[in-house]
Amino acid sequence: MMWAIFSILVENKPGILFEVTHMFRSRNFNIDSIAVGVTENPELSRMTITTYGNERQIAQIGKQLDKMIDTVEVRRLDEHKAVYRELAIFKIRITNADASMEVNKLINAYGAKAHDTKKGSIMAELTATPDQITAFEELAKRFGIIEMARTGIAALQRSGS
Amino acid sequence: MVNKTETMTGARALMVALEQEGVKEVFGLPGGANLPMYDEFHRCDIRHILVRHEQSAAHMADGYGRVSRRPGVCFATSGPGATNLLTGIATAQADSAPMVAVTGQVPVHMIGKDAFQESDIMGMANPVVKYAFQPRTSEEVPASVRKGFYIAATGRPGPVLIDVPKDVQSCEAEIRLTEEFKIRGYHPWTDPDIHNVERAIKTLMRADKPIILAGGGTIISSAFAELQAVAEMLSIPVVTTFKGKGAFPENHPLSLGPIGMHGHAEANKIMTEADCVLAIGTRFSDRSVGTFEDFESHRSIIHMDVDPAEIGKNQTTRVAVVGDVKASLRVMLKLLSQRKVARDEGGEWLKHAREMKSYWKENLKIHPGELGAAKILRKLREILPPQSIVTTEVGQHQMWASLFFDVISPGTFFSSTGLGTMGWGFPAAIGAKVARPDVPVVDIAGDGSFNMTENSLATAVLENIPVIVFLVNNYSLGMVAQWQRTFYHRRMVGVDQGQCPDYVKLAESYGAQGIRAQSMDELDGAIRAGLKSDVATVIDIPIDPEEDVLPFVAPGTPLKDMILPS
Repeated sequence: MMWAIFSILVENKPGILFEVTHMFRSRNFNIDSIAVGVTENPELSRMTITTYGNERQIAQIGKQLDKMIDTVEVRRLDEHKAVYRELAIFKIRITNADASMEVNKLINAYGAKAHDTKKGSIMAELTATPDQITAFEELAKRFGIIEMARTGIAALQRSGS
Repeated sequence: MVNKTETMTGARALMVALEQEGVKEVFGLPGGANLPMYDEFHRCDIRHILVRHEQSAAHMADGYGRVSRRPGVCFATSGPGATNLLTGIATAQADSAPMVAVTGQVPVHMIGKDAFQESDIMGMANPVVKYAFQPRTSEEVPASVRKGFYIAATGRPGPVLIDVPKDVQSCEAEIRLTEEFKIRGYHPWTDPDIHNVERAIKTLMRADKPIILAGGGTIISSAFAELQAVAEMLSIPVVTTFKGKGAFPENHPLSLGPIGMHGHAEANKIMTEADCVLAIGTRFSDRSVGTFEDFESHRSIIHMDVDPAEIGKNQTTRVAVVGDVKASLRVMLKLLSQRKVARDEGGEWLKHAREMKSYWKENLKIHPGELGAAKILRKLREILPPQSIVTTEVGQHQMWASLFFDVISPGTFFSSTGLGTMGWGFPAAIGAKVARPDVPVVDIAGDGSFNMTENSLATAVLENIPVIVFLVNNYSLGMVAQWQRTFYHRRMVGVDQGQCPDYVKLAESYGAQGIRAQSMDELDGAIRAGLKSDVATVIDIPIDPEEDVLPFVAPGTPLKDMILPS
């Protein structure tokens, strides 16, 4: 099993998210994360989809995406030649002053931002790779995660690659 | 092109755009939400053919499209009219048939309000169409039609839905009819990469036991002459998928017939032995290959297809040639003739294939009854002119047709092979006859399937479309019965249709000709009477309900484990 990032330019029209995600469902592929937003050209949106599969499945996903009439460009990004980031927001439990200090250290260590510091909790905003976010999550667990949200990754190929 | 505009309604624009696409017939059924379109039939040259159920309209358009290779058009109203089309649209999608389905929809401002006869047909149809349009203004209507026809007919063909809200139909606007269009995400493949064709030739020439497997794409692309030329030039035996049946004349010395679940014994045997397959326009359906793993092992596969997504989907290929298969075969022929390549005419492999063919021609056991399936279908073949078009329903009769009805003139045999839609054959035959009124059209039917769309007799009679229904009648859902006998120890459930209805009376009640054939002589007379008739004919042929279709490759097993008649 391998991880793959697809960057897909699609027509920005009603139902496009349904069309693309439906292809994954109907062909028995998995979506690991999905992020969608309009591009510099308002007629086009960019979808960044990450998925897992064997080589044959990943190749099929690329071809099936390409085959769709509303996909204008389909690229499988090489993670070593792309910038890819995900945004995550954590609400972490704070039980005492020590915990507060520890959590703030963790936030600083990961280059996250602290928001909404309350008596019982703190919110951390982290933009990083999915692995870093998962690592942060593991470390935050010992304080207690009240709730969290992840956006799925956005990615672009580096210039000249 | 002239870019002038005209003041007209969306409905008028739709009909003019259809006329510009060369549409002469529309199969449909009116309702509240498509009345503005129907009102336009009064002032255009398009013939409306009224159906009795929208599913049949879609199948007629499908049959028309497969035969004419231009999109067949069907109309339905919103809500249940549109949902009734879905089975027909899904059938066309599964078999890559060109079709344009036009549905009425509730007015734009009512969409999402659960209005009367509102259905989200865009959402429902999306998984089973090649593309779907919902013009939101009258101005968008002509472009939807033009793009729709282009998408439906090019590349790997398929059905396109155009869902038109009622206010878009009735609203007047300044409409541009002939605007140029571009679809930036759609680039159907045409010409192959010559290097891949060269690699394909090298792989073929290295093989000891090569075979050609022709699929439905060969028929869609009408690559008949090219296929025959390649096979003859290289002296390679030809098998087909069931959908590819008739891509190659089945009376040709190199033809071994269809492979698969109910393939010819000789075809499955030779397929199993082959060390190299030139697969043309096929998606390697499970019904054709048995198991994916077994089929791709111990042999190299050369895959020609217009759809790049088919390469590597079900089979690992040695060489892939993406492009229209007619164009790809032409390039192959050119390269072969430049090199003056020719195989040894009397090679061991070909000799073996021929021996296998003649052995099974003589030794395949057939049902001994007077009206055994092999006998009645061979009788039909004997009498029908070779250029006649044949459709089938889905079930035992369909597989008997595959086994015992040889297609002589390429591209004259059509069946619902992918979705396996019972009730397809009769309306599809009507659509085929509308496309080709000059040749006889016969639906090889079973009673179970015929029941599903038999009310199309009204259309056939009232619209003067004289097709023949060759009803192989065992008064049961025969294929399911066969599986219950074979795999469920004869625990028969839900397969007995009783002696109901009387198909001769049924045909007569619609004003069609009904003939019962209880002997070979009567069958001979009935077929001839059907061919002479000006009205549709139903030939009711009561057969032994216990007759099985054999050979049989059980589902999920490789072709080599074929069960033969004992």
